Amino acid sequence: MDLLLNAAAVDWARGQFALTAAYHWIFVPLTLGLAVIMSIMETIYVRTGDEKWKKTAKFWQIIFGINFAIGVATGIIMEFQFGTNWSNYSLFVGDIFGAPLAIEGIVAFFLEATFISIMFFGWTRVSKKMHLFSTWMVTLGATLSAFWILVANAWMQYPIGMEFNPETMRNEMVSFWAVAGSPVAINKFFHTVTSSWGLGAAFVVGVSSWYLIKKRNQDFALRSIKVAAIFGLISFILIAITGDGSGYQVAQKQPMKLAAMEGLYEGKEGAGLVAVGLLNPKKEAYNDNVDPYIFKVELPKLLSLMGYRNLNAFVPGIKDIIDGGYTLQDGTTALSFKEKRDRGLLAHKALADFQQAKSEGRDADAANFETIIKDNYSYFGYGFLEKEEDMIPNVPLTFYMFRFMVIVGGYFILFFAVVWYYHRKKKLENFTALQYVALWSIALAYLASQFGWVVAEMGRQPWTIQDVLPVQAAASAVSAGNVITTFILFAVLFTVLLVAEVTIMLKQIRKGPDF
Amino acid sequence: MITYEFLQNYWWFIISLLGGLLVFLLFVQGGQSMINSISKTEDEKKLVINALGRKWEYTFTTLVTFGGAFFASFPLFYATSFGGAYWVWMLLLFSFVVQAVSYEFQSKPGNVFGPKTYRAFLFFNGIVGTFVLGVAVATFFTGSEFTINKVNLVNLGASTNVMSGWDNSLHGLEALGNPRNWCLGLAVLFLARTLASLFFVNRLDHDVLHERSRRYTLYNGIPFVVFFLAFLIWTLVSDGYAVDPDTKIVSMESYKYLNNFLQMPVVLIIFLIGVVAVLWGVLGTALNKSFNKGIWFAGIGTVLTVTMLLLVAGYNNTAYYPSYTNLQSSLTVQNSSSSEFTLTAMSIVSLLVPFVLAYIVYAWRVLEKKKMKLEDLAEDGHAY
Repeated sequence: MDLLLNAAAVDWARGQFALTAAYHWIFVPLTLGLAVIMSIMETIYVRTGDEKWKKTAKFWQIIFGINFAIGVATGIIMEFQFGTNWSNYSLFVGDIFGAPLAIEGIVAFFLEATFISIMFFGWTRVSKKMHLFSTWMVTLGATLSAFWILVANAWMQYPIGMEFNPETMRNEMVSFWAVAGSPVAINKFFHTVTSSWGLGAAFVVGVSSWYLIKKRNQDFALRSIKVAAIFGLISFILIAITGDGSGYQVAQKQPMKLAAMEGLYEGKEGAGLVAVGLLNPKKEAYNDNVDPYIFKVELPKLLSLMGYRNLNAFVPGIKDIIDGGYTLQDGTTALSFKEKRDRGLLAHKALADFQQAKSEGRDADAANFETIIKDNYSYFGYGFLEKEEDMIPNVPLTFYMFRFMVIVGGYFILFFAVVWYYHRKKKLENFTALQYVALWSIALAYLASQFGWVVAEMGRQPWTIQDVLPVQAAASAVSAGNVITTFILFAVLFTVLLVAEVTIMLKQIRKGPDF
Repeated sequence: MITYEFLQNYWWFIISLLGGLLVFLLFVQGGQSMINSISKTEDEKKLVINALGRKWEYTFTTLVTFGGAFFASFPLFYATSFGGAYWVWMLLLFSFVVQAVSYEFQSKPGNVFGPKTYRAFLFFNGIVGTFVLGVAVATFFTGSEFTINKVNLVNLGASTNVMSGWDNSLHGLEALGNPRNWCLGLAVLFLARTLASLFFVNRLDHDVLHERSRRYTLYNGIPFVVFFLAFLIWTLVSDGYAVDPDTKIVSMESYKYLNNFLQMPVVLIIFLIGVVAVLWGVLGTALNKSFNKGIWFAGIGTVLTVTMLLLVAGYNNTAYYPSYTNLQSSLTVQNSSSSEFTLTAMSIVSLLVPFVLAYIVYAWRVLEKKKMKLEDLAEDGHAY
């Protein structure tokens, strides 16, 4: 009974985290993207002295402000939730995980909060150049904040720069730069930030196209598109490059996530990347030998190339990762789930024995147990899992969302190239069909951005920290009833605020700039 | 030499200082709790909201940084208190979530629920944000109900593997059962309202609001002093949670917090200077019609007083987050801090703080060269 209650509490805590993260991520990418776009526009104003550029920049700053406020509102919950709902996690890794959050506050949030006040209220109180500087500082602050929170997230996906201390029962940082400069963090930062730029660009082009459709504020709209189209094109090319880097990192550090993204059950050499496919709902178990696909179109050898930079590399499937026995990159043989679990349990037992020995002053015994813990710590998290299936993330969700994100990413490169071309040829104002496409593409950008996070976060289940701590061992001792209550409160509140935000924004857009 | 112990104490000082700054900046919340009383006409409300609206992000950001810094330097506190006193913190967060949108949304067309709703949000944050924070800080002296057993993590077959557990199902709301916690909660609420009144006296160029604010410093200052003294005296004469420096065993000691003050005379002196500064700011503003700088005296006084009070909670072999259901689970600066490495890394980062303060002061000054007038709001380009 206790276990059941606990499982429900963990699910609700996950649900609450997903809910707040998803809402937060509606607002953050637009903040990051619009910040750069409005900064560029203001730069053009300062360089040319053209008042219309000032008005253009100011209009997007109003939209930025509306969006920013609600991003802040949803963000505070994210930070404190680690404590309120994931207390075991906070205790176990707070030594490492807290640092980027604190740095984010000190370095990024104050920068943002301070210069945003000059940006909004300082037009008549500081010089043009100082105002421009402040706008860029807002952009820098927002981007730095993204960096530090993504360092924190990347560390969960690829925990490095730490050592487990059995005495304090927690992971302790041994290299700050390993954490802050982790390849996963760097790649995640660039992929996330460029994708946010892309979303911001899609938003600006889409909203501007609405003015073109309505045949109003056309000068303003074309100016905005001029900046956003080229910015969007560059962003999406960068997204493709960093996306490829992301695929490589996932293959190296989280092979199970990659297998789930591809619906790959049986590994192979020279594996192809599934471009489009339909999963077979009859596949019920990882080892039932049912074909996982109803159909698929594959780009030959591309998965091996992306994951291992080698056309013929072996890509392990879900079944391989569970059964073990294949050769890993470093030449060793992969362990099976059972072997990993046994070693995890060995570490658990040694840890309990270590604590016991310490409390009784048996230091020699404690030292022996410490060695056992160290030797098996890489599998510590597997000791909390019960069966093979616990290792497998939700395959259909990860598979389809990944495809959607990638296809939409490719679409946007084409889209921005076309918009840019027609803008240059001065034919955009009469190309109504393209204007409608641009308007509807805003939704695609939002969906792709959300789905990207679903792939990243659902794809790493069951881990809060890869291989070290699964969700069921990370939560607080707060009953499901309490978490359900806060979940509902947040769901209602965020929805209400979202409705208000969208309505206010639409009103401002309808009002438009004054030229 | 920079030892582990030094770093732990340094970080307790930083946390205390952030706490002090946060309480000072709660004047924004205090002001929010008075929008409907201190300002009567729509124009007055607009001026009051805009004066506060240019400051709310500092309070909010300080709260977020306070949380992040506490997480990084004392993760065991973060896990225990946030995961245990769930409802206290959730209530606080809720009030700040609704605050964050309210300034931007309340006067915008199309805000769906009308300005009154957003002002009600601001009021809610003003009352709950200050009161709950005061109650939470009071538990640093009065204690909570939790048990820490880290081996739980790997106790297979146990009913829970959570390392820090709360010992009741009220999850923090039980703190409302202790009148001493109420005293500090109400003291913080009235302090915030006092500071807000002083802030209006200093900032606003509006005769009616100016006069009213001057009177409000006294209306709020008196209950503040009453509740604060009640909490302070009660705490000084109560037993406190002492830690034996050798055995690390926690036990109850008579007059512990009084002893802490007496054994740390520097802390006592600064504390008293802080109290005098607050009183000076309040009384000076209430009695002298031409004295407009009360906010600076009371503000700095608040920072000093709160910082010293938090030092008393954690220094001198004291458990700063005590558990009265399981004394030995009580958190001390030593047993709940991060590792030496993390504290060192974070200390290096903390050297950036003066730089951060410098640009905050710069921004504050350029935007506030002159007092705030209703007529100026439009010209600034962005008004709430």
